[in-house]
Amino acid sequence: MEIVALQILNSLFYAAVLFLIAAGLSLIFGVMGIVNMAHGMFYALGAYVAAWSVGVAGSALAPAALFIFLPLAAVAVGVIGLAIESTLIRPFYRRPEEYQLLVTFGLLLVLEDVIRLVWGGTPLTASALVDSLGLVQIGGLPYPVYNILMIGVGVIAAAGIWAFVYRTKFGVLLRATAQDRRMAAALGIDVGRIYVLAFGLGCFMAGLAGAIVVPTQAAVLGMGVEVLVIAFVVVVIGGLGSLEGALVGALIVSALRTITIQFWEEIELAALYLIAAIVLLIRPTGLFGRKT
Amino acid sequence: MSLLRTENLKKHFGETRAVDGVDFTVNEGEFLSLVGTNGAGKTTLVNLISAFLSPDSGRIFVGDRDITHASVDERIRAGIARSFQLVNLFDDLSVLDNVALSIFAREGKTKRIFALAERDAAVTREALDLLAEFGLGGKSGARARDLAQGERKLLDVAVAYALRPKLLFLDEPTSGVSTRDKAQIMDTVSSVVRGGGITAVVIEHDMDVVFKYSDRVVVMHEGRFLADGPPDEIRRNSDVAKYLLGTDV
Amino acid sequence: MSRRAAALVAGVVIVLALVPVVLGTYQTQLLTYGLTLAIAALGFNLLLGYTGLLSFGHSAFLGTGAYTVALMMRYLGVSSLELFILGGVVSSAALAALLGVVCVRHTRIFFAILTLALSQVLWTLAYKFFWITGGTDGLRVPFSQLTLLGGLINFPGADAFARFITYYYYYVLVLFCVCTALMWLIVNSPFGKTLQAIRDNETRARFLGVRIWRYRWLAFLVSGIFTGLAGILWVPLNGLVTPDVLYWPQSGKIVFFAVLGGFRNFAGPIVGAVIFNYLEVYAVAVTQYWQITLGVILIVLVTFLPAGIVGTAERLRARLKKKRAEQFS
Repeated sequence: MEIVALQILNSLFYAAVLFLIAAGLSLIFGVMGIVNMAHGMFYALGAYVAAWSVGVAGSALAPAALFIFLPLAAVAVGVIGLAIESTLIRPFYRRPEEYQLLVTFGLLLVLEDVIRLVWGGTPLTASALVDSLGLVQIGGLPYPVYNILMIGVGVIAAAGIWAFVYRTKFGVLLRATAQDRRMAAALGIDVGRIYVLAFGLGCFMAGLAGAIVVPTQAAVLGMGVEVLVIAFVVVVIGGLGSLEGALVGALIVSALRTITIQFWEEIELAALYLIAAIVLLIRPTGLFGRKT
Repeated sequence: MSLLRTENLKKHFGETRAVDGVDFTVNEGEFLSLVGTNGAGKTTLVNLISAFLSPDSGRIFVGDRDITHASVDERIRAGIARSFQLVNLFDDLSVLDNVALSIFAREGKTKRIFALAERDAAVTREALDLLAEFGLGGKSGARARDLAQGERKLLDVAVAYALRPKLLFLDEPTSGVSTRDKAQIMDTVSSVVRGGGITAVVIEHDMDVVFKYSDRVVVMHEGRFLADGPPDEIRRNSDVAKYLLGTDV
Repeated sequence: MSRRAAALVAGVVIVLALVPVVLGTYQTQLLTYGLTLAIAALGFNLLLGYTGLLSFGHSAFLGTGAYTVALMMRYLGVSSLELFILGGVVSSAALAALLGVVCVRHTRIFFAILTLALSQVLWTLAYKFFWITGGTDGLRVPFSQLTLLGGLINFPGADAFARFITYYYYYVLVLFCVCTALMWLIVNSPFGKTLQAIRDNETRARFLGVRIWRYRWLAFLVSGIFTGLAGILWVPLNGLVTPDVLYWPQSGKIVFFAVLGGFRNFAGPIVGAVIFNYLEVYAVAVTQYWQITLGVILIVLVTFLPAGIVGTAERLRARLKKKRAEQFS
């Protein structure tokens, strides 16, 4: 019974991470209409930058202080996203879909090797952060406080994003641009600036997800594409372009994954794909997706 | 029996009553214009009949067949075809291929995978003849994308016409072209369509074009039919003048 | 096809036929790889160039073809290449038919996403069910156990490798010519024109009564078979199949050939595949950061040379022709 409680916590932790990634992907798609095939790489960059900076500063600072590197890594990734948007993505706004997919795929190839170039093939860890918070007893079984804290961070992030999109003035601009670009531009909204900020925000969220996850699992090559595929399953199930979809999708996918890993580990990804396929048969645009 | 008949057709978009209880009858051989101000519901009505949209209530009949919930391809087989206001062509295919494709679709030959399209002499012949009728004979090899705007509008009509429908809906076939081209386009469309014995409903804004080419004019206003009759009658109708032409008779 | 084009094609075939005679074993082997990649590119481009569907998961078919051969050899003791082709084509077709239903019924973006995910699913399966697939060690497919033409030709003995390369090259060359001719017929058939119409204007195609997803599904099926065949032919050459053949960069390479050669024309992907084949061999010798080079070139191509090599060459030729015509008028 206690093990179930732990599995639920694990599932929620992973759901928080997935939500951030999927919400970032959906935000970019919802506002700009572009699917960033390299989105998973921003997650990977967040993990690598966080782990690396923790490693570099590790001896100099107290473990509690090291936590600052998580949001810092996310911000750094967001800034990288801004730089990439203005150079690589912007020239492709008006071009057909396939070219947008192709250029972001090229970016994916480049970033994968850039990570290898900068940090090499050895996994990077930041487990000091998990250790520093210790364990808590859940029904007699030990569980890292870090994970519970990060679930909290996930909840706050979800609430924060929701508030940002639905309660702030900038959120209104975002939603207006997402619904009808031309109308938004006609109303005097600087659509170009909205695009840049949306992209940067989406990358920030992916980077944050990577930073959150790296203390619990090492940053390795290939993590970007691995998570991208799962994030894709999340948005296929939840609906591309929807925040509620990203949340619900993340919870469903994370739960499914936890269950499958328990019983038949090898078919984890195949099972996720099967569920996505079934959802698509019933609701072709995903649970909360918009019909184009 | 009428060719097309709608019964109390309704379509609302939230508060807006785009089509608000329309009883529309079209008889075989007619060449009629559907007019009205922007937002009167003309395009929505055509969209409902051609299966682009589904109605909230009401029914649509072709002959004695109820096609209210029929799919696009069922309606095409029932004899309805349409052209588009914003030109909708296969831009990277040749002009000939655009029309030929329509013919292949009509003949059910689109699944043929082990035969060269251009070798189908019957289809090629028919496509070339049709293009000649529409005055596009010399451009058969050009890419659809490379035609002038007026030619593209004609090609859009030709592609729909190639389906040899019983009832052809033309959505503003002269919009977006110069006045001189308008007359040329309507002359061609009118002579080809009438010559082929096909019933046509033309959505049109230009009242000169309407009065010159139509047998019958149907005026829509705020989702309903305001007037319906021969051009002279419509011209003398004070309501029409007020709402449509902005003048007092 | 014009007489000039036909002469060009005949010339190319003759040159290809002379390669083993003129060039050595190594070059012949290299070109054989190139031809199998070209078959994969042909299959891929039916979807991208002609139907407008960009697949990031075509390694799924390469891998299905390759693993079918390896599994047939290992567990069924099969050695005939003809039987391998039959088995591999059936499995690729089954995969395409089944997963086509999932992938093609939605938007083009979902198609890209779903195909990428599909190939990764297969990769994890090949990786994890190591007791069947040999895991990362893979399964060997030694040419010494291979027979061609129903057992007429086999490869025992000391100089077997050189013999193998020569015979195998001609076998692949014949299949390459057949595949190219077949694909050319398909894209110029009424079916092919319908695919292009769907690519250009889905709405209009629907309003001609075309059931869009059925055609996309058929295109996916044909594409899967061609690429599966490429995988089947590739594996005896490689001697070994590992999960790497299913891993996403392999799909990326296929995409790359099409973009390099130009995906809006028939010959582009073939040319792109062959050029890439040589590029890869020589570049891998120079740098271990091969992927970044690929990525950068892809970005450059898409930004500045979207028509690819063949496409740009055709445009230049058309422009030159126009200039010459203007000069004489």
